[in-house]
Amino acid sequence: MRRTNLTDSLKETPSQTAGPYVHIGLTPNFAGIAGVYPHDLGSRMISDRTRGERVVIEGQVIDGSGSVLRDALVEIWQADAAGLYPSPNETRGSADPAFAGFGRCPSDQESGAFRFETIRPGPVPWPDGRMQAPHIQFWVVARGINIGLHTRMYFPEDEAALAADPVLNLVEHAVRRPTLVAQSLGGGRYRFDIRLQGADETVFFDI
Amino acid sequence: MSSNAAPERGTFYPRDFAWHPPAYHPGYKSSVLRAPRRALISLENSAGDLAGPVFGHDILGPLDHDLTANAATPGESAIGERIVVHGRLLDERGRPVPGALIEVWQANAGGRYRHRKDGYLAPLDPNFGGCGRVVTDADGAYAFRTVRPGPYPWMNRPNDWRPAHIHFSLWGAGFAQRLITQMYFEGDPLIGHCPIIATIPQADAIDRLVARLDMDNTQPFDSIAWRFDIVLRGRKATFFENRPEGM
Repeated sequence: MRRTNLTDSLKETPSQTAGPYVHIGLTPNFAGIAGVYPHDLGSRMISDRTRGERVVIEGQVIDGSGSVLRDALVEIWQADAAGLYPSPNETRGSADPAFAGFGRCPSDQESGAFRFETIRPGPVPWPDGRMQAPHIQFWVVARGINIGLHTRMYFPEDEAALAADPVLNLVEHAVRRPTLVAQSLGGGRYRFDIRLQGADETVFFDI
Repeated sequence: MSSNAAPERGTFYPRDFAWHPPAYHPGYKSSVLRAPRRALISLENSAGDLAGPVFGHDILGPLDHDLTANAATPGESAIGERIVVHGRLLDERGRPVPGALIEVWQANAGGRYRHRKDGYLAPLDPNFGGCGRVVTDADGAYAFRTVRPGPYPWMNRPNDWRPAHIHFSLWGAGFAQRLITQMYFEGDPLIGHCPIIATIPQADAIDRLVARLDMDNTQPFDSIAWRFDIVLRGRKATFFENRPEGM
C-alpha cells in the first residue's frame, strides 16, 4: 500500500477556516490577480436568455460586535424559475440552460456588501412532497469561521408559503424565523443581512 | 465523466461536528466574534442539498494546474521548491468523486500572499500569483504543480506562525458536500504550534490534513511529490431500488 494520509475510517476531511486571503483562490480577479482566470467563478448568474423575474440581493455579514465583515465570501445556490436546479443531479427535469444557479461574491473591501443579480427561484418540494417557499441557499466562509455556514433566504411577499414552509416550521423559536426572510427594497431589490451572533443571530443549518 | 455507473440518489451521511473544529475556539481569536452561538438547526437533505453546480474541464485554462507558471512572465517561473501535490477525492464510502472542481490558493515560497492585506516583510514574487484549479478525473484523481509555500507570522498571540499550507476549496456532486480546508506538510515542526490547526479536536483528524512525502511519484530533477487524499461526505446506499419514483 502506498503511503497515504487516509486511515481505515473514511471520515470526511476536517474543515479549516478559509482565512483572510480566500479571495486569492476563489475570486482572484477581485483580488487583483488578473490574467490567470478569464473571470471569477460565480460572478455572473444570468444572461439575457435566462427565464424568470430579475432580482438583486444585497447584504452584509455582521459579527458579534455589530461590525461588518470585509473579508467574507458568500456563495448562493438556487433553483431556476421553474423550481429546478441546474445540476446533473437534478432528477425532476431539466433546468433552464441559461441559468447558472450558483453565485459567488466577496464582501466589498470597504463597505462589506455582497450583491447578487439573479432571478426569483420557483418553489421546490420538500422530501415529503410539501412545497417549500421559494428560497436561496447561502454558504458563508471567512477568517474566523472554522466551518462554512449554511443558511437560506426567503422572499417576504410569499406570506402564505412562508407560513406553510417545512423548514421555517422546524425552527422551534418562531421569533428567529424572520432572520431568514429578506427585506424588500422595491423594484426587485432585496436586503438580506447575515448576523453571526447576537439577539438576532441568523438561523444556520446542519444540512 | 467516463463513469457509466448510475448517479447516486441517496442522502448524505450526517456531518460529524465533533470531528470538525467547533465554530467557537478562543485559541483562534478571530473565531470569538464570528462563531454562531446558537445550535444549528438540523435538516434532512432536500433537492438543493443533493444537487450542486458542476464545473467541467472546459472552464480550465492550460496553466490552471501549474502555479509555477500561471502568473509568470512567459519563459520564467515562480521562485521556490518545486512540488507536485496530488491525490484522490473520495467520498466516505470510498467511491471516487469524478469531475469535481478543486480550487487552491497559497502564499509564495517566502510566506507572502499576493493580497492587499498581507504586509509581511517577505517579498512578493513577480512570477507567482498563488491560485490554481483542477477538475478530478474519472478516478477522482487530481494533481497540480506549485512551489512549497513558506510559513509566515500572523496576528493572534504575539508570536504565532502558520505552518506551510495550501488552502483547498472542494466541490462534490451536492451542495451539502461543500468544504474548505487546508493541507499541511508531513514533518513541519510548526504544525504542533498552530492555533488554527488546534481548533480540530482530535489528533487523528489533524493527521488527515497532513500530506505525505511521495518519493514514488517524485519526478527526478524536477519536482518533489506530496500525496494528499481528500474525503467528502458520502451518500447513503440506496439498498432497494424497487420503490416507485416519487415515494
